[in-house]
Amino acid sequence: MIWNETFECMSREEMRRCQNARLSDMIERVYHTVPFYRQKMQKLNLSPEDIRTTQDLVKLPFTSKNDLRDNYPFGLFATPMSEIVRVHASSGTTGKPTTVGYTRHDLQIWSEVVARCFAMCGINRHDIVHIAYGYGLFTGGLGAHYGAEKMGCTVIPISGGNTRRQLQIMSDFGATVLACTPSYALHLADAMSEHGYSLKDLKLRIGVFGAEPWTDNMRHEIEAKLGIQAHDIYGLSEIMGPGVANDCDFKNGLHIHEDHFFPEIVHPKTGEPLPEGSEGELVFTTITKEGIPLIRYNTRDLSTLNYEPCPCGRTLVRMKKITGRSDDMLIIRGVNLFPSQIEHVLLELKETSPHYLLIVDRENNLDTLELKVEVDRSYFTDRISELQALSKRIQHALNSNLGLNIKVTLVEPKTLERSEGKAKRVIDRRKM
Amino acid sequence: MTIRQLSIFLENKSGRLTEVLETLGNEKINITALSIADTSEYGILRLIVSDPTKAHQLLKKKSFSVNLNEVISLWVSPEAGSYAKVLKCFSEDGLSIEYMYAFCLGDKSVLVLRTDNRPKAFETIKKYDLKVIREADLKHL
Repeated sequence: MIWNETFECMSREEMRRCQNARLSDMIERVYHTVPFYRQKMQKLNLSPEDIRTTQDLVKLPFTSKNDLRDNYPFGLFATPMSEIVRVHASSGTTGKPTTVGYTRHDLQIWSEVVARCFAMCGINRHDIVHIAYGYGLFTGGLGAHYGAEKMGCTVIPISGGNTRRQLQIMSDFGATVLACTPSYALHLADAMSEHGYSLKDLKLRIGVFGAEPWTDNMRHEIEAKLGIQAHDIYGLSEIMGPGVANDCDFKNGLHIHEDHFFPEIVHPKTGEPLPEGSEGELVFTTITKEGIPLIRYNTRDLSTLNYEPCPCGRTLVRMKKITGRSDDMLIIRGVNLFPSQIEHVLLELKETSPHYLLIVDRENNLDTLELKVEVDRSYFTDRISELQALSKRIQHALNSNLGLNIKVTLVEPKTLERSEGKAKRVIDRRKM
Repeated sequence: MTIRQLSIFLENKSGRLTEVLETLGNEKINITALSIADTSEYGILRLIVSDPTKAHQLLKKKSFSVNLNEVISLWVSPEAGSYAKVLKCFSEDGLSIEYMYAFCLGDKSVLVLRTDNRPKAFETIKKYDLKVIREADLKHL
């Protein structure tokens, strides 16, 4: 089923007209309400009239995660707070999160695009949707929730964690759709036999997986183990949350809801727009968003755009499954993590040197993190209990700052590799 | 009242302990006593040596995490039950032993220990007239 044929199947020409009209409205609005963007445009001697079509966007600079941090928490909001009905946040590059705000209209659009995604997956109002994305500041849970409700599905807002209970509820309530991160889906599949469940106990038929990169091999594994069709949903809180794009039955790229999120592919080094079919950084301009409209937000995700019509009937541009990132951001169990955040925490602790090595691995399909920290003479003592207290303190500080459980291992000083320039801080052993 | 002990942080990697001992051996530093406290990831090597100051410098130069600490060291008579007798003094005074090891010097036994409260430990030593070893005592042996 196609949820909104008018927009999802319109001709390229109609889509261009729609995007241009929405873009100029948005630029006009942003110019008058967001000092950050007005100053940027004034510096370049640009007025809203200079940005009339999506072709004009190249005149404007990119927006980065750092810009959101610099204007933390609400500096980039384009409406008064009285219009904002919801706030979400994701982790930023250092201590502060990146915050986004939604007006009532934004939430309606968000629900609409998620409903479109669910329809692409083959979900309908008779489905029982088990949402095991985290609910809270993270956009995953509530994003999927509102979309499923909009569609008229029966929603089980179970949120993340507690695998045994997840399996019990899924089985007892007869869930037909599972929405979570792909690694958690695999973890659930592998944990079934341990908790006394088999495929016969589940009625699952479709999975909507996202919030972290995954491969087609992983897709096949999940499909085989859970006996379902597994779909990829893409999104990021800065742009909206889950629902920016999703793959259809043909699973050959994810359709971007480009009537709301205008995509570009740019060169990671030069920032130059790249021709169709080239791989580069994915950049979005939110052309309908009210709460926090972003102009040319660089996601740092690497992808390719394909404007060929899809056999499913949709004309929406397709982005290739994300193949990697152009920066050092890691996605751990759906949580964004920059190595600089770890450095930040270690520096705050004072008793540790900022020499560390983060080892990312995947055990039983769940990401694991181990942080090796050098023990410096200045805080080394002859007592085991004090060393153990130190690693606990580091672990606690990391957990409360980053929301991730990281195993801390103390190592001898000067044993972690130091190199000229950028030190090797991360070893990612996950096979993607 | 105390002697100096070297403590060295060691990762559980083969060859690390040898490196420490070789460093000391090459400079003709004698090891009087040695003990290792181990966890699954690392250990703490504790040493009583002939020249703690020099040993400390040498190991520091080699980038080891090394500390010099003061520890209490006691003579214990070489007969059955004497360790228990000494430890009972501490436990009766409500002191906990954080770590302890023992070695033999000639026909005598020596106990090295660290308690959770050093001033109180000194009081206990006086009270029960325990025989303390000083660094100078070690040199004469």
